[in-house]
Amino acid sequence: MPILEAEHICKSFGKTEVLKDISFSLEKSQVLSIIGSSGSGKTTLLRCLNFLETPDSGIIKVNGETIFDGGNKTKQSEGQIRNSRLHFGLVFQSFNLFPQYTALGNVMLASQLHAKERPDFKERKKEIYAEIEEMGKDLLDQMGLSDRMDNYPHQLSGGQCQRVAIARALALKPDILCFDEPTSALDPELTGEVLRVIKSLADKKMTMIIVTHEMAFAHDVSDFVIFMDDGRIMEQGTPQQLFENTHEERTKQFLHRYQQDQGQI
Amino acid sequence: MTFAEQFPIVINSLNDGFLQTLRLFGVTLLGAVPLGLLICFGSTSRFAPVRIIFKLIIWVVRGTPLMIQLMIIYFMPGLVFDNPIWGGAESGRFTAAAVAFIINYACYFSEIYRGGIQSIPVGQDEAGMVLGLTKGQIFLHVKLLQMIKRILPPMSNEILTLVKDTSLARIISMHEIIWAGEAFMKGSQGISGIIWPLFFTAIYYLIFNGVLTVVLGKIEKKLEFFR
Repeated sequence: MPILEAEHICKSFGKTEVLKDISFSLEKSQVLSIIGSSGSGKTTLLRCLNFLETPDSGIIKVNGETIFDGGNKTKQSEGQIRNSRLHFGLVFQSFNLFPQYTALGNVMLASQLHAKERPDFKERKKEIYAEIEEMGKDLLDQMGLSDRMDNYPHQLSGGQCQRVAIARALALKPDILCFDEPTSALDPELTGEVLRVIKSLADKKMTMIIVTHEMAFAHDVSDFVIFMDDGRIMEQGTPQQLFENTHEERTKQFLHRYQQDQGQI
Repeated sequence: MTFAEQFPIVINSLNDGFLQTLRLFGVTLLGAVPLGLLICFGSTSRFAPVRIIFKLIIWVVRGTPLMIQLMIIYFMPGLVFDNPIWGGAESGRFTAAAVAFIINYACYFSEIYRGGIQSIPVGQDEAGMVLGLTKGQIFLHVKLLQMIKRILPPMSNEILTLVKDTSLARIISMHEIIWAGEAFMKGSQGISGIIWPLFFTAIYYLIFNGVLTVVLGKIEKKLEFFR
């Protein structure tokens, strides 16, 4: 059974149709890359999965369980939406770290707040907080940031910030980790360190959806690639099919233009 | 009476007046800081009727002189409704002044808060939401401190203005420091016709605002640990 199924997702902003009948599925431990030009709807699709936008219609299932049904008009409560969200983690293009918390504080905050709802919180407060701290340190360690835990975001480089953001998203153990152009705000030197971290997560069999403009990286890390254009999925397949043997004229154009741009640099 | 004999009498009286000034300042700050937040939430409510009512209140309160508001709140119950709820004693005048000041300053504070909250990037909300935090948790644990840092400079401005604005309570004869200084012009405790005590009150304001400036500056410094 696929871990994620999206069926017939549509979304408009006013009169602009941003997503037109998007359907795809994703197997556990696989990496899906979504490529396409700016304005093709990639980011909106990711935001729909994370409930930052509400699709106008369509169904989203995680592990076979329907977490969103556009046909069901009864409004979901905030609590339900919060729970559904926790299936997903999202890493933003602009990091969105909390500036008043240290790197470790950023990673621990949500877990600490969620822990307060546990029935055994009062008796085991110290233990629970100790566990959370250990988890946070462990995650930052995996991100290669063990010497940066007590630094505030403004003291970190963009690449370090993004790695903290990845650790923060991982702290809640999401089923699917989403990346929204995670390296677009970074200069080329710092891009590599973030891509390496994402690659290491792929090696650990983390299920991921990556919206990216890094074609070489998408080719290398993905099990599956979706090419979006004008709110539609133009083509989907393995990286080999898409990057090397595409028959779609639009995909060819996009990849060709992309290669040209790369050549110019 | 020589100056040397007048001086301690005057200072004693001014000290009493300034104590009342400080009380009004403190009570206004304690009341207006939280009430301002409430008005801020009201004026940014997604429910239009609530939003319109609060915007209207802010418009009226900021659009009319505090001195008129003081007089309306103090005199209206007795003169118009024949129900002098404040009474004629100093404590009643103080309560009426406090009510007027709290409402007035809460409206100004609420607009400063609104600016502070709206200046926080929407990405902070979104980051909190995808981590499954509630709106309350996002406000309290993510946005509040960032907001405080941003509003501190304009709030410091308002707070210094408040110190001096308390003198408006003179209009309903609340015994604050201006009232105390003025009394020696008309005659009080065997002294009359001298004006220096009135001018001398400025020193009190100046020193107190100096202290406040230092304290507020320290708080700003404390929040420099993040950007």
